[in-house]
Amino acid sequence: MKLQDMYQEIILDHYRNPHGRGLRDPFDAEVHHVNPTCGDEVTLRVKVDGDTLTDVSYEGQGCSISQASVSAMYDLVVGRSVTAALATGEDFVRLMQAKGDTTVADELEDSLEDAVAFAGVSKYPARVKCALMSWMALKDASARAWTPSDPTPTTEESA
Amino acid sequence: MTATAPAPATGRTPLPLDVEAVRADFPILGRTVRDGKRLVYLDSGATSQKPRQVLDAERWFYENVNAAPHRGAHALAEEATEAYEQARATIASFIGAQTDEVVFTRNSTEAINLVAYAMSNAVTAKEPEFHRYAVGQGDEIVVTEMEHHANLIPWQQLCERTGATLRWLGLTDEGRLDLSDLDTVVNERTKLVTVTQQSNILGTLPPLAPIIERAHAVGALVMVDGAQSVPHQPVDVAALGADFLVFSGHKMLGPTGVGVLWGRSEVLAALPPFLTGGSMIEVVRMEGSTFAPPPQRFEAGVPMTAQVVGLAAACDYLTALGMDTVFAHEEALTEYALAQLQAIPGVTVIGPPDTVARGGAISFTVDGIHPHDVGQVLDDQGVAVRVGHHCAWPVVRRMGVPATTRATFYVHTGYDDVDALVEAVRHAQRFFGVDAVEEA
Ligand SMILES: Cc1ncc(COP(=O)(O)O)c(C=O)c1O
Repeated sequence: MKLQDMYQEIILDHYRNPHGRGLRDPFDAEVHHVNPTCGDEVTLRVKVDGDTLTDVSYEGQGCSISQASVSAMYDLVVGRSVTAALATGEDFVRLMQAKGDTTVADELEDSLEDAVAFAGVSKYPARVKCALMSWMALKDASARAWTPSDPTPTTEESA
Repeated sequence: MTATAPAPATGRTPLPLDVEAVRADFPILGRTVRDGKRLVYLDSGATSQKPRQVLDAERWFYENVNAAPHRGAHALAEEATEAYEQARATIASFIGAQTDEVVFTRNSTEAINLVAYAMSNAVTAKEPEFHRYAVGQGDEIVVTEMEHHANLIPWQQLCERTGATLRWLGLTDEGRLDLSDLDTVVNERTKLVTVTQQSNILGTLPPLAPIIERAHAVGALVMVDGAQSVPHQPVDVAALGADFLVFSGHKMLGPTGVGVLWGRSEVLAALPPFLTGGSMIEVVRMEGSTFAPPPQRFEAGVPMTAQVVGLAAACDYLTALGMDTVFAHEEALTEYALAQLQAIPGVTVIGPPDTVARGGAISFTVDGIHPHDVGQVLDDQGVAVRVGHHCAWPVVRRMGVPATTRATFYVHTGYDDVDALVEAVRHAQRFFGVDAVEEA
Protein backbone atom coordinates (compact mmCIF):
# COMPACT_ATOMS: atom_id res chain seq x y z
CA MET A 1 0.00 0.00 0.00
CA LYS A 2 1.33 3.38 -1.05
CA LEU A 3 0.79 5.14 2.25
CA GLN A 4 3.11 2.76 4.10
CA ASP A 5 5.73 3.41 1.40
CA MET A 6 5.85 6.99 2.53
CA TYR A 7 5.33 6.50 6.26
CA GLN A 8 8.16 4.02 6.77
CA GLU A 9 8.61 2.82 10.34
CA ILE A 10 12.04 4.54 10.41
CA ILE A 11 10.37 7.86 9.58
CA LEU A 12 7.72 7.48 12.26
CA ASP A 13 10.42 6.55 14.79
CA HIS A 14 12.35 9.71 14.04
CA TYR A 15 9.12 11.70 14.30
CA ARG A 16 8.17 10.26 17.69
CA ASN A 17 11.70 10.28 19.11
CA PRO A 18 13.65 12.98 17.33
CA HIS A 19 17.45 12.89 17.54
CA GLY A 20 19.40 15.98 18.55
CA ARG A 21 16.38 18.19 19.00
CA GLY A 22 16.66 21.46 20.95
CA LEU A 23 18.65 24.63 20.33
CA ARG A 24 22.18 24.52 21.76
CA ASP A 25 25.00 26.97 22.43
CA PRO A 26 27.56 27.75 21.20
CA PHE A 27 26.73 28.12 17.51
CA ASP A 28 28.09 29.98 14.50
CA ALA A 29 24.92 30.61 12.53
CA GLU A 30 21.19 30.35 13.10
CA VAL A 31 18.52 30.33 10.40
CA HIS A 32 14.75 30.17 10.42
CA HIS A 33 13.02 28.50 7.49
CA VAL A 34 9.30 28.17 6.85
CA ASN A 35 7.24 26.37 4.29
CA PRO A 36 4.82 29.19 3.44
CA THR A 37 2.19 26.97 1.90
CA CYS A 38 1.60 25.07 5.11
CA GLY A 39 3.32 26.95 7.93
CA ASP A 40 5.89 24.26 8.84
CA GLU A 41 8.89 25.88 10.53
CA VAL A 42 12.40 25.04 11.60
CA THR A 43 14.98 27.08 13.47
CA LEU A 44 18.40 25.55 12.94
CA ARG A 45 21.85 26.31 14.35
CA VAL A 46 25.23 25.05 13.20
CA LYS A 47 28.56 24.95 15.00
CA VAL A 48 31.59 24.61 12.75
CA ASP A 49 35.12 23.90 13.97
CA GLY A 50 37.64 24.12 11.17
CA ASP A 51 35.93 22.09 8.44
CA THR A 52 33.80 20.01 10.75
CA LEU A 53 30.13 20.44 11.58
CA THR A 54 30.45 19.77 15.28
CA ASP A 55 26.80 20.38 16.09
CA VAL A 56 23.47 20.94 14.39
CA SER A 57 20.69 21.86 16.77
CA TYR A 58 17.11 22.69 15.95
CA GLU A 59 13.57 23.43 17.05
CA GLY A 60 10.61 23.20 14.76
CA GLN A 61 7.04 22.28 14.25
CA GLY A 62 5.36 20.60 11.39
CA CYS A 63 4.24 17.32 9.93
CA SER A 64 5.85 13.95 10.52
CA ILE A 65 7.81 14.18 7.27
CA SER A 66 9.40 17.56 8.01
CA GLN A 67 10.21 16.68 11.61
CA ALA A 68 11.55 13.21 10.85
CA SER A 69 13.65 14.65 8.04
CA VAL A 70 15.50 17.05 10.32
CA SER A 71 16.11 14.28 12.85
CA ALA A 72 17.51 11.90 10.21
CA MET A 73 19.63 14.74 8.85
CA TYR A 74 21.10 15.35 12.30
CA ASP A 75 22.31 11.72 12.43
CA LEU A 76 23.84 12.01 8.97
CA VAL A 77 25.75 15.26 9.20
CA VAL A 78 26.99 15.93 12.71
CA GLY A 79 30.70 15.18 13.01
CA ARG A 80 31.20 15.21 9.22
CA SER A 81 32.96 17.87 7.19
CA VAL A 82 30.77 20.66 5.91
CA THR A 83 31.62 19.62 2.35
CA ALA A 84 30.52 16.04 2.98
CA ALA A 85 27.33 17.21 4.69
CA LEU A 86 26.40 19.43 1.77
CA ALA A 87 27.15 16.64 -0.71
CA THR A 88 24.83 14.37 1.28
CA GLY A 89 22.22 17.13 1.06
CA GLU A 90 22.56 17.06 -2.70
CA ASP A 91 22.00 13.31 -2.69
CA PHE A 92 18.88 13.87 -0.62
CA VAL A 93 17.61 16.40 -3.15
CA ARG A 94 18.19 13.80 -5.89
CA LEU A 95 16.22 11.25 -3.88
CA MET A 96 13.35 13.73 -3.57
CA GLN A 97 13.34 14.28 -7.32
CA ALA A 98 13.22 10.55 -8.08
CA LYS A 99 9.39 10.35 -8.26
CA GLY A 100 9.52 6.96 -6.58
CA ASP A 101 12.18 5.48 -8.91
CA THR A 102 13.71 2.76 -6.71
CA THR A 103 16.97 2.57 -8.64
CA VAL A 104 17.81 6.07 -7.39
CA ALA A 105 17.14 4.98 -3.83
CA ASP A 106 19.33 1.87 -4.26
CA GLU A 107 22.14 3.99 -5.61
CA LEU A 108 21.98 6.45 -2.72
CA GLU A 109 21.57 3.97 0.10
CA ASP A 110 25.21 4.15 1.25
CA SER A 111 25.22 7.91 1.26
CA LEU A 112 21.86 8.48 2.89
CA GLU A 113 21.61 5.56 5.37
CA ASP A 114 18.28 5.93 7.31
CA ALA A 115 17.31 8.91 5.21
CA VAL A 116 16.87 6.68 2.16
CA ALA A 117 13.57 5.74 3.81
CA PHE A 118 12.23 9.06 2.55
CA ALA A 119 12.23 7.67 -1.01
CA GLY A 120 8.46 7.10 -0.79
CA VAL A 121 7.92 10.81 -0.17
CA SER A 122 9.15 11.57 -3.69
CA LYS A 123 5.92 10.08 -5.04
CA TYR A 124 3.92 12.86 -3.36
CA PRO A 125 5.01 16.20 -4.87
CA ALA A 126 3.16 18.20 -2.21
CA ARG A 127 5.24 16.57 0.54
CA VAL A 128 8.68 16.89 -1.04
CA LYS A 129 8.99 20.44 0.30
CA CYS A 130 8.31 19.15 3.82
CA ALA A 131 11.21 16.71 3.57
CA LEU A 132 13.56 19.25 2.01
CA MET A 133 12.98 22.13 4.42
CA SER A 134 15.63 21.11 6.96
CA TRP A 135 18.24 20.38 4.28
CA MET A 136 17.66 23.82 2.79
CA ALA A 137 18.07 25.31 6.27
CA LEU A 138 21.34 23.40 6.75
CA LYS A 139 22.69 24.65 3.42
CA ASP A 140 21.76 28.21 4.30
CA ALA A 141 23.23 28.04 7.82
CA SER A 142 26.43 26.40 6.57
CA ALA A 143 26.90 29.12 3.98
CA ARG A 144 26.66 31.72 6.72
CA ALA A 145 29.02 29.94 9.08
CA TRP A 146 31.66 28.69 6.70
CA THR A 147 33.24 29.49 3.35
CA PRO A 148 35.34 26.92 1.50
CA SER A 149 38.10 29.43 0.75
CA ASP A 150 38.22 30.70 4.31
CA PRO A 151 37.53 27.91 6.76
CA THR A 152 37.48 30.27 9.77
CA PRO A 153 33.90 30.51 11.00
CA THR A 154 32.33 33.96 10.81
CA THR A 155 30.63 34.76 14.06
CA GLU A 156 28.47 37.77 13.24
CA GLU A 157 25.30 35.63 13.14
CA SER A 158 25.76 34.29 16.62
CA ALA A 159 25.04 37.52 18.47
CA MET B 1 -13.62 -3.43 16.56
CA THR B 2 -16.34 -1.75 18.54
CA ALA B 3 -14.04 1.00 19.78
CA THR B 4 -13.70 2.38 16.28
CA ALA B 5 -17.20 1.70 14.92
CA PRO B 6 -18.81 4.85 13.50
CA ALA B 7 -21.10 6.68 15.89
CA PRO B 8 -24.78 5.96 15.24
CA ALA B 9 -26.13 8.06 12.41
CA THR B 10 -28.09 10.50 14.49
CA GLY B 11 -29.16 13.94 13.35
CA ARG B 12 -29.65 12.95 9.75
CA THR B 13 -32.51 15.18 8.72
CA PRO B 14 -33.52 14.63 5.10
CA LEU B 15 -31.25 16.74 2.89
CA PRO B 16 -32.94 19.61 1.04
CA LEU B 17 -31.15 18.83 -2.24
CA ASP B 18 -31.42 15.61 -4.24
CA VAL B 19 -27.73 14.74 -4.01
CA GLU B 20 -27.76 11.97 -6.62
CA ALA B 21 -29.47 14.21 -9.17
CA VAL B 22 -27.00 17.04 -8.52
CA ARG B 23 -24.00 14.69 -8.71
CA ALA B 24 -25.11 13.56 -12.15
CA ASP B 25 -24.41 17.11 -13.36
CA PHE B 26 -20.76 17.02 -12.26
CA PRO B 27 -18.65 14.91 -14.64
CA ILE B 28 -15.57 14.97 -12.40
CA LEU B 29 -17.44 13.25 -9.56
CA GLY B 30 -17.53 10.16 -11.76
CA ARG B 31 -13.78 9.65 -11.59
CA THR B 32 -11.84 7.75 -9.00
CA VAL B 33 -8.63 8.64 -7.21
CA ARG B 34 -5.80 6.74 -5.47
CA ASP B 35 -6.34 3.24 -6.86
CA GLY B 36 -10.03 3.27 -7.58
CA LYS B 37 -11.44 5.12 -4.58
CA ARG B 38 -14.61 7.16 -5.03
CA LEU B 39 -13.74 10.87 -5.07
CA VAL B 40 -15.10 12.48 -1.89
CA TYR B 41 -14.54 16.12 -2.72
CA LEU B 42 -14.61 18.19 0.47
CA ASP B 43 -12.52 21.09 -0.80
CA SER B 44 -15.10 23.32 -2.49
CA GLY B 45 -13.91 26.15 -0.23
CA ALA B 46 -10.65 26.20 -2.19
CA THR B 47 -12.33 25.81 -5.54
CA SER B 48 -15.61 24.25 -6.57
CA GLN B 49 -16.22 21.59 -9.20
CA LYS B 50 -18.15 22.59 -12.31
CA PRO B 51 -21.48 21.24 -13.50
CA ARG B 52 -21.93 20.30 -17.14
CA GLN B 53 -24.20 23.36 -17.62
CA VAL B 54 -21.27 25.70 -16.91
CA LEU B 55 -18.87 23.76 -19.12
CA ASP B 56 -21.48 23.73 -21.89
CA ALA B 57 -21.96 27.50 -21.66
CA GLU B 58 -18.25 28.16 -22.14
CA ARG B 59 -18.08 25.71 -25.02
CA TRP B 60 -21.20 27.29 -26.55
CA PHE B 61 -19.52 30.68 -26.46
CA TYR B 62 -16.30 29.51 -28.08
CA GLU B 63 -18.06 27.39 -30.70
CA ASN B 64 -20.66 29.97 -31.71
CA VAL B 65 -19.96 33.59 -30.85
CA ASN B 66 -16.31 33.96 -29.91
CA ALA B 67 -15.10 37.53 -30.52
CA ALA B 68 -13.76 40.42 -28.44
CA PRO B 69 -16.70 42.24 -26.86
CA HIS B 70 -17.05 46.03 -27.08
CA ARG B 71 -14.81 46.14 -30.17
CA GLY B 72 -15.58 45.82 -33.86
CA ALA B 73 -18.85 45.90 -35.68
CA HIS B 74 -19.06 42.46 -37.23
CA ALA B 75 -21.76 39.96 -36.37
CA LEU B 76 -19.68 37.95 -33.92
CA ALA B 77 -18.46 41.07 -32.13
CA GLU B 78 -22.04 42.16 -31.68
CA GLU B 79 -23.15 38.76 -30.41
CA ALA B 80 -20.16 38.42 -28.09
CA THR B 81 -20.91 41.86 -26.63
CA GLU B 82 -24.52 40.84 -26.19
CA ALA B 83 -23.54 37.57 -24.48
CA TYR B 84 -21.06 39.36 -22.21
CA GLU B 85 -23.51 42.07 -21.17
CA GLN B 86 -26.38 39.60 -20.82
CA ALA B 87 -24.17 37.58 -18.47
CA ARG B 88 -23.43 40.74 -16.48
CA ALA B 89 -27.17 41.28 -16.03
CA THR B 90 -27.66 37.68 -14.84
CA ILE B 91 -24.79 37.89 -12.37
CA ALA B 92 -25.98 41.29 -11.10
CA SER B 93 -29.47 39.98 -10.53
CA PHE B 94 -28.02 36.98 -8.64
CA ILE B 95 -26.85 39.43 -5.95
CA GLY B 96 -29.68 41.94 -6.30
CA ALA B 97 -27.46 44.57 -7.93
CA GLN B 98 -27.88 47.01 -10.79
CA THR B 99 -26.14 45.75 -13.90
CA ASP B 100 -23.66 48.63 -14.23
CA GLU B 101 -22.52 48.12 -10.63
CA VAL B 102 -20.90 44.79 -11.52
CA VAL B 103 -17.21 44.93 -12.51
CA PHE B 104 -15.44 41.81 -13.74
CA THR B 105 -12.04 41.01 -12.31
CA ARG B 106 -9.86 37.92 -12.34
CA ASN B 107 -10.99 36.80 -8.87
CA SER B 108 -11.75 38.19 -5.38
CA THR B 109 -8.08 38.96 -4.84
CA GLU B 110 -7.97 41.24 -7.87
CA ALA B 111 -11.29 42.87 -6.93
CA ILE B 112 -9.92 43.78 -3.50
CA ASN B 113 -6.67 45.07 -5.00
CA LEU B 114 -8.69 47.14 -7.46
CA VAL B 115 -10.30 49.09 -4.63
CA ALA B 116 -7.10 49.33 -2.58
CA TYR B 117 -5.13 50.68 -5.55
CA ALA B 118 -7.94 53.02 -6.60
CA MET B 119 -7.83 54.54 -3.10
CA SER B 120 -4.10 55.27 -3.34
CA ASN B 121 -4.34 56.32 -7.00
CA ALA B 122 -6.93 58.84 -5.78
CA VAL B 123 -4.14 60.67 -3.93
CA THR B 124 -2.35 61.67 -7.15
CA ALA B 125 -5.27 61.67 -9.63
CA LYS B 126 -5.37 64.83 -11.75
CA GLU B 127 -9.19 64.78 -11.78
CA PRO B 128 -10.62 66.51 -8.67
CA GLU B 129 -13.68 64.20 -8.73
CA PHE B 130 -11.37 61.25 -8.01
CA HIS B 131 -10.03 62.67 -4.74
CA ARG B 132 -13.03 61.82 -2.61
CA TYR B 133 -11.75 58.45 -1.33
CA ALA B 134 -8.04 59.30 -1.21
CA VAL B 135 -6.21 57.74 1.74
CA GLY B 136 -3.26 59.30 3.52
CA GLN B 137 -1.47 59.95 6.79
CA GLY B 138 -3.90 60.13 9.70
CA ASP B 139 -6.47 57.94 7.94
CA GLU B 140 -7.26 54.44 9.12
CA ILE B 141 -8.26 51.22 7.37
CA VAL B 142 -9.99 48.56 9.45
CA VAL B 143 -9.78 44.81 8.75
CA THR B 144 -10.42 41.82 11.01
CA GLU B 145 -8.18 39.10 12.36
CA MET B 146 -10.41 36.59 10.53
CA GLU B 147 -9.55 37.67 6.99
CA HIS B 148 -8.11 35.58 4.21
CA HIS B 149 -4.70 36.94 3.17
CA ALA B 150 -6.48 38.32 0.07
CA ASN B 151 -8.38 40.72 2.30
CA LEU B 152 -5.42 41.61 4.50
CA ILE B 153 -2.24 42.10 2.46
CA PRO B 154 -3.75 44.60 -0.05
CA TRP B 155 -4.74 46.80 2.92
CA GLN B 156 -1.37 46.44 4.64
CA GLN B 157 0.18 47.50 1.35
CA LEU B 158 -2.23 50.41 0.89
CA CYS B 159 -1.25 51.67 4.35
CA GLU B 160 2.45 51.27 3.54
CA ARG B 161 2.02 53.23 0.29
CA THR B 162 0.01 56.06 1.81
CA GLY B 163 1.05 56.36 5.45
CA ALA B 164 -2.41 55.38 6.66
CA THR B 165 -2.78 53.13 9.72
CA LEU B 166 -4.15 49.58 9.66
CA ARG B 167 -6.37 48.57 12.56
CA TRP B 168 -8.31 45.39 13.15
CA LEU B 169 -11.10 43.75 15.08
CA GLY B 170 -9.93 40.66 16.97
CA LEU B 171 -11.31 37.16 17.48
CA THR B 172 -12.83 35.47 20.51
CA ASP B 173 -11.51 32.09 21.69
CA GLU B 174 -14.43 30.42 19.93
CA GLY B 175 -13.43 32.01 16.66
CA ARG B 176 -16.11 34.68 16.51
CA LEU B 177 -15.51 38.33 15.80
CA ASP B 178 -14.91 40.38 18.95
CA LEU B 179 -16.98 43.54 18.56
CA SER B 180 -16.37 44.86 22.09
CA ASP B 181 -14.06 47.61 20.80
CA LEU B 182 -15.93 48.27 17.55
CA ASP B 183 -16.64 51.89 18.48
CA THR B 184 -12.99 52.71 19.16
CA VAL B 185 -11.46 50.72 16.29
CA VAL B 186 -13.93 52.21 13.81
CA ASN B 187 -13.85 55.98 14.36
CA GLU B 188 -13.84 59.35 12.54
CA ARG B 189 -10.42 58.59 11.07
CA THR B 190 -11.62 55.34 9.45
CA LYS B 191 -11.79 55.47 5.64
CA LEU B 192 -12.78 51.89 4.94
CA VAL B 193 -13.81 48.82 6.91
CA THR B 194 -13.48 45.42 5.26
CA VAL B 195 -14.79 42.17 6.65
CA THR B 196 -15.51 38.67 5.46
CA GLN B 197 -19.10 37.46 5.36
CA GLN B 198 -18.02 33.88 6.01
CA SER B 199 -14.66 32.81 7.39
CA ASN B 200 -12.95 30.41 4.99
CA ILE B 201 -11.25 28.60 7.86
CA LEU B 202 -13.57 28.80 10.87
CA GLY B 203 -16.92 28.88 9.08
CA THR B 204 -18.01 31.82 11.23
CA LEU B 205 -20.65 34.20 9.86
CA PRO B 206 -19.71 37.50 11.53
CA PRO B 207 -22.51 39.95 12.36
CA LEU B 208 -22.20 42.49 9.54
CA ALA B 209 -25.10 44.81 10.40
CA PRO B 210 -23.53 46.49 13.46
CA ILE B 211 -20.19 46.85 11.66
CA ILE B 212 -21.78 48.43 8.58
CA GLU B 213 -23.93 50.70 10.75
CA ARG B 214 -20.95 51.91 12.76
CA ALA B 215 -18.78 52.40 9.65
CA HIS B 216 -21.42 54.44 7.89
CA ALA B 217 -22.06 56.47 11.05
CA VAL B 218 -18.43 57.67 10.89
CA GLY B 219 -18.48 58.13 7.11
CA ALA B 220 -16.34 55.11 6.22
CA LEU B 221 -16.82 52.81 3.24
CA VAL B 222 -17.54 49.13 3.85
CA MET B 223 -16.27 46.23 1.80
CA VAL B 224 -17.65 42.73 2.31
CA ASP B 225 -15.54 39.76 1.23
CA GLY B 226 -18.15 37.40 -0.20
CA ALA B 227 -15.73 34.80 -1.57
CA GLN B 228 -17.14 32.19 0.84
CA SER B 229 -20.65 33.57 1.29
CA VAL B 230 -21.95 34.30 -2.22
CA PRO B 231 -21.47 30.64 -3.27
CA HIS B 232 -23.23 29.25 -0.21
CA GLN B 233 -26.01 31.58 0.98
CA PRO B 234 -28.44 34.14 -0.46
CA VAL B 235 -26.71 37.53 -0.70
CA ASP B 236 -28.62 40.65 -1.65
CA VAL B 237 -26.53 43.79 -1.87
CA ALA B 238 -29.50 46.06 -1.25
CA ALA B 239 -30.30 44.30 2.03
CA LEU B 240 -26.61 44.04 2.94
CA GLY B 241 -26.07 47.80 2.86
CA ALA B 242 -22.31 47.67 2.20
CA ASP B 243 -20.47 49.70 -0.47
CA PHE B 244 -18.45 46.88 -2.03
CA LEU B 245 -18.86 43.13 -2.32
CA VAL B 246 -16.26 40.86 -3.89
CA PHE B 247 -16.49 37.20 -4.90
CA SER B 248 -14.84 34.60 -7.14
CA GLY B 249 -16.53 32.66 -9.92
CA HIS B 250 -14.46 29.53 -9.39
CA LYS B 251 -15.78 29.01 -5.86
CA MET B 252 -19.44 29.09 -6.99
CA LEU B 253 -19.45 26.41 -9.72
CA GLY B 254 -18.13 28.91 -12.29
CA PRO B 255 -14.90 28.98 -14.29
CA THR B 256 -11.53 30.12 -13.00
CA GLY B 257 -10.33 33.52 -14.16
CA VAL B 258 -13.46 35.52 -13.38
CA GLY B 259 -14.40 37.34 -10.22
CA VAL B 260 -16.69 40.22 -9.36
CA LEU B 261 -16.38 43.58 -7.72
CA TRP B 262 -19.80 44.97 -6.94
CA GLY B 263 -19.71 48.65 -5.96
CA ARG B 264 -22.44 51.13 -5.14
CA SER B 265 -22.73 53.26 -8.29
CA GLU B 266 -21.97 56.62 -6.69
CA VAL B 267 -18.89 55.13 -5.03
CA LEU B 268 -17.60 53.50 -8.22
CA ALA B 269 -18.19 56.76 -10.06
CA ALA B 270 -15.81 58.57 -7.70
CA LEU B 271 -12.96 56.03 -7.94
CA PRO B 272 -10.04 56.41 -10.34
CA PRO B 273 -8.99 53.36 -12.37
CA PHE B 274 -6.63 50.62 -11.15
CA LEU B 275 -5.47 48.98 -14.41
CA THR B 276 -5.46 51.16 -17.51
CA GLY B 277 -5.35 50.49 -21.24
CA GLY B 278 -7.87 49.56 -23.92
CA SER B 279 -11.64 49.49 -23.28
CA MET B 280 -11.57 51.70 -20.22
CA ILE B 281 -11.10 55.05 -21.97
CA GLU B 282 -13.34 57.86 -23.13
CA VAL B 283 -11.00 60.08 -25.21
CA VAL B 284 -7.30 59.39 -25.76
CA ARG B 285 -4.77 62.03 -26.80
CA MET B 286 -1.00 61.95 -26.61
CA GLU B 287 -1.15 64.60 -23.88
CA GLY B 288 -3.53 62.66 -21.67
CA SER B 289 -6.79 60.69 -21.62
CA THR B 290 -10.17 60.57 -19.98
CA PHE B 291 -11.89 57.47 -18.72
CA ALA B 292 -15.16 55.68 -19.34
CA PRO B 293 -17.80 55.52 -16.63
CA PRO B 294 -18.03 52.33 -14.51
CA PRO B 295 -18.04 49.43 -15.01
CA GLN B 296 -15.88 49.87 -18.17
CA ARG B 297 -13.48 52.18 -16.32
CA PHE B 298 -12.35 49.16 -14.29
CA GLU B 299 -12.23 46.60 -17.11
CA ALA B 300 -9.05 47.36 -19.05
CA GLY B 301 -8.19 45.00 -21.90
CA VAL B 302 -10.15 42.22 -23.58
CA PRO B 303 -12.10 40.60 -20.77
CA MET B 304 -12.52 36.92 -19.82
CA THR B 305 -15.66 36.74 -21.91
CA ALA B 306 -16.24 32.98 -22.04
CA GLN B 307 -15.65 32.76 -18.30
CA VAL B 308 -18.17 35.51 -17.63
CA VAL B 309 -20.70 33.58 -19.73
CA GLY B 310 -19.82 30.46 -17.73
CA LEU B 311 -20.30 32.31 -14.46
CA ALA B 312 -23.76 33.44 -15.55
CA ALA B 313 -24.59 29.78 -16.21
CA ALA B 314 -23.37 28.96 -12.69
CA CYS B 315 -25.67 31.66 -11.29
CA ASP B 316 -28.58 30.19 -13.26
CA TYR B 317 -27.73 26.74 -11.94
CA LEU B 318 -27.63 27.96 -8.33
CA THR B 319 -30.79 30.02 -8.79
CA ALA B 320 -32.59 26.93 -10.06
CA LEU B 321 -31.54 25.03 -6.93
CA GLY B 322 -32.44 28.05 -4.79
CA MET B 323 -29.82 29.73 -2.60
CA ASP B 324 -32.02 29.28 0.50
CA THR B 325 -32.06 25.58 -0.26
CA VAL B 326 -28.30 25.50 -0.85
CA PHE B 327 -27.75 27.12 2.56
CA ALA B 328 -30.21 24.76 4.29
CA HIS B 329 -28.52 21.79 2.62
CA GLU B 330 -25.10 22.75 3.88
CA GLU B 331 -26.48 23.60 7.31
CA ALA B 332 -27.90 20.08 7.66
CA LEU B 333 -24.56 18.59 6.58
CA THR B 334 -22.66 20.90 8.93
CA GLU B 335 -24.80 19.96 11.91
CA TYR B 336 -24.28 16.27 11.19
CA ALA B 337 -20.55 16.63 10.53
CA LEU B 338 -19.95 18.70 13.67
CA ALA B 339 -21.71 16.06 15.78
CA GLN B 340 -19.91 13.14 14.13
CA LEU B 341 -16.45 14.73 14.25
CA GLN B 342 -16.78 15.93 17.83
CA ALA B 343 -17.83 12.42 18.86
CA ILE B 344 -14.36 11.16 17.91
CA PRO B 345 -12.01 11.26 20.92
CA GLY B 346 -9.03 13.47 20.13
CA VAL B 347 -10.79 15.57 17.48
CA THR B 348 -11.24 19.28 18.22
CA VAL B 349 -13.25 21.60 16.02
CA ILE B 350 -11.47 24.95 15.57
CA GLY B 351 -14.25 27.52 15.30
CA PRO B 352 -17.89 27.60 16.35
CA PRO B 353 -18.84 24.12 17.65
CA ASP B 354 -22.50 24.40 16.59
CA THR B 355 -24.46 25.77 13.62
CA VAL B 356 -25.31 29.12 15.21
CA ALA B 357 -24.19 31.90 12.81
CA ARG B 358 -22.03 29.43 10.99
CA GLY B 359 -21.45 28.21 7.48
CA GLY B 360 -20.11 24.91 6.24
CA ALA B 361 -16.33 25.28 6.54
CA ILE B 362 -15.23 22.92 9.32
CA SER B 363 -11.66 23.07 10.56
CA PHE B 364 -10.40 20.56 13.06
CA THR B 365 -7.31 19.10 14.65
CA VAL B 366 -6.60 15.50 15.59
CA ASP B 367 -4.50 15.00 18.73
CA GLY B 368 -1.12 13.48 17.97
CA ILE B 369 -1.33 13.82 14.17
CA HIS B 370 -0.20 16.86 12.25
CA PRO B 371 -2.83 18.16 9.79
CA HIS B 372 -0.60 17.32 6.80
CA ASP B 373 -0.47 13.75 7.90
CA VAL B 374 -4.24 13.70 8.52
CA GLY B 375 -4.74 15.07 5.02
CA GLN B 376 -2.41 12.46 3.53
CA VAL B 377 -4.31 9.55 5.06
CA LEU B 378 -7.64 11.11 4.06
CA ASP B 379 -6.34 11.53 0.51
CA ASP B 380 -5.35 7.89 0.46
CA GLN B 381 -9.00 7.08 1.22
CA GLY B 382 -10.19 9.31 -1.63
CA VAL B 383 -11.22 12.14 0.68
CA ALA B 384 -9.98 15.53 -0.61
CA VAL B 385 -9.67 18.15 2.14
CA ARG B 386 -7.45 21.16 2.61
CA VAL B 387 -4.67 21.27 5.21
CA GLY B 388 -2.45 24.06 6.45
CA HIS B 389 -3.18 27.63 7.44
CA HIS B 390 -5.71 28.17 4.62
CA CYS B 391 -4.28 31.56 3.63
CA ALA B 392 -5.39 32.90 7.00
CA TRP B 393 -2.19 32.61 9.01
CA PRO B 394 -3.23 35.12 11.71
CA VAL B 395 -6.34 33.02 12.39
CA VAL B 396 -4.48 29.79 13.13
CA ARG B 397 -1.99 31.75 15.23
CA ARG B 398 -4.85 33.34 17.21
CA MET B 399 -6.57 29.98 17.68
CA GLY B 400 -3.29 28.54 19.01
CA VAL B 401 -2.83 25.76 16.47
CA PRO B 402 -0.08 25.39 13.86
CA ALA B 403 -2.50 24.39 11.11
CA THR B 404 -5.82 22.63 10.65
CA THR B 405 -7.56 20.12 8.43
CA ARG B 406 -10.58 21.67 6.74
CA ALA B 407 -13.63 20.11 5.12
CA THR B 408 -16.00 22.24 3.06
CA PHE B 409 -19.31 21.23 1.52
CA TYR B 410 -21.36 22.12 -1.52
CA VAL B 411 -24.46 21.19 -3.47
CA HIS B 412 -23.22 17.69 -4.38
CA THR B 413 -22.17 16.80 -0.84
CA GLY B 414 -24.17 14.10 0.91
CA TYR B 415 -24.14 12.31 4.25
CA ASP B 416 -22.11 9.56 2.61
CA ASP B 417 -19.31 12.10 2.06
CA VAL B 418 -19.39 13.12 5.73
CA ASP B 419 -19.37 9.45 6.76
CA ALA B 420 -16.35 8.88 4.53
CA LEU B 421 -14.60 11.82 6.18
CA VAL B 422 -15.35 10.57 9.68
CA GLU B 423 -14.24 7.03 8.87
CA ALA B 424 -11.05 8.34 7.25
CA VAL B 425 -10.21 10.40 10.35
CA ARG B 426 -10.63 7.27 12.49
CA HIS B 427 -8.46 5.41 10.01
CA ALA B 428 -5.76 8.10 10.39
CA GLN B 429 -5.88 7.64 14.16
CA ARG B 430 -5.40 3.90 13.77
CA PHE B 431 -2.66 4.39 11.18
CA PHE B 432 -0.66 6.65 13.49
CA GLY B 433 -1.53 4.62 16.58
CA VAL B 434 -3.21 7.43 18.47
CA ASP B 435 -6.71 5.97 18.71
CA ALA B 436 -6.16 3.78 21.78
CA VAL B 437 -4.22 6.50 23.61
CA GLU B 438 -7.13 8.87 23.27
CA GLU B 439 -9.76 6.41 24.39
CA ALA B 440 -7.83 5.05 27.35
C1 LIG C 1 -12.68 34.45 2.36
C2 LIG C 1 -11.85 34.49 1.12
N1 LIG C 1 -11.53 35.67 0.60
C3 LIG C 1 -10.81 35.77 -0.53
C4 LIG C 1 -10.35 34.66 -1.18
C5 LIG C 1 -9.52 34.83 -2.41
O1 LIG C 1 -10.17 34.29 -3.51
P1 LIG C 1 -9.40 34.14 -4.89
O2 LIG C 1 -8.22 33.30 -4.62
O3 LIG C 1 -10.40 33.48 -5.77
O4 LIG C 1 -9.04 35.51 -5.32
C6 LIG C 1 -10.65 33.40 -0.67
C7 LIG C 1 -10.14 32.19 -1.34
O5 LIG C 1 -9.81 31.20 -0.77
C8 LIG C 1 -11.43 33.32 0.51
O6 LIG C 1 -11.74 32.14 1.03
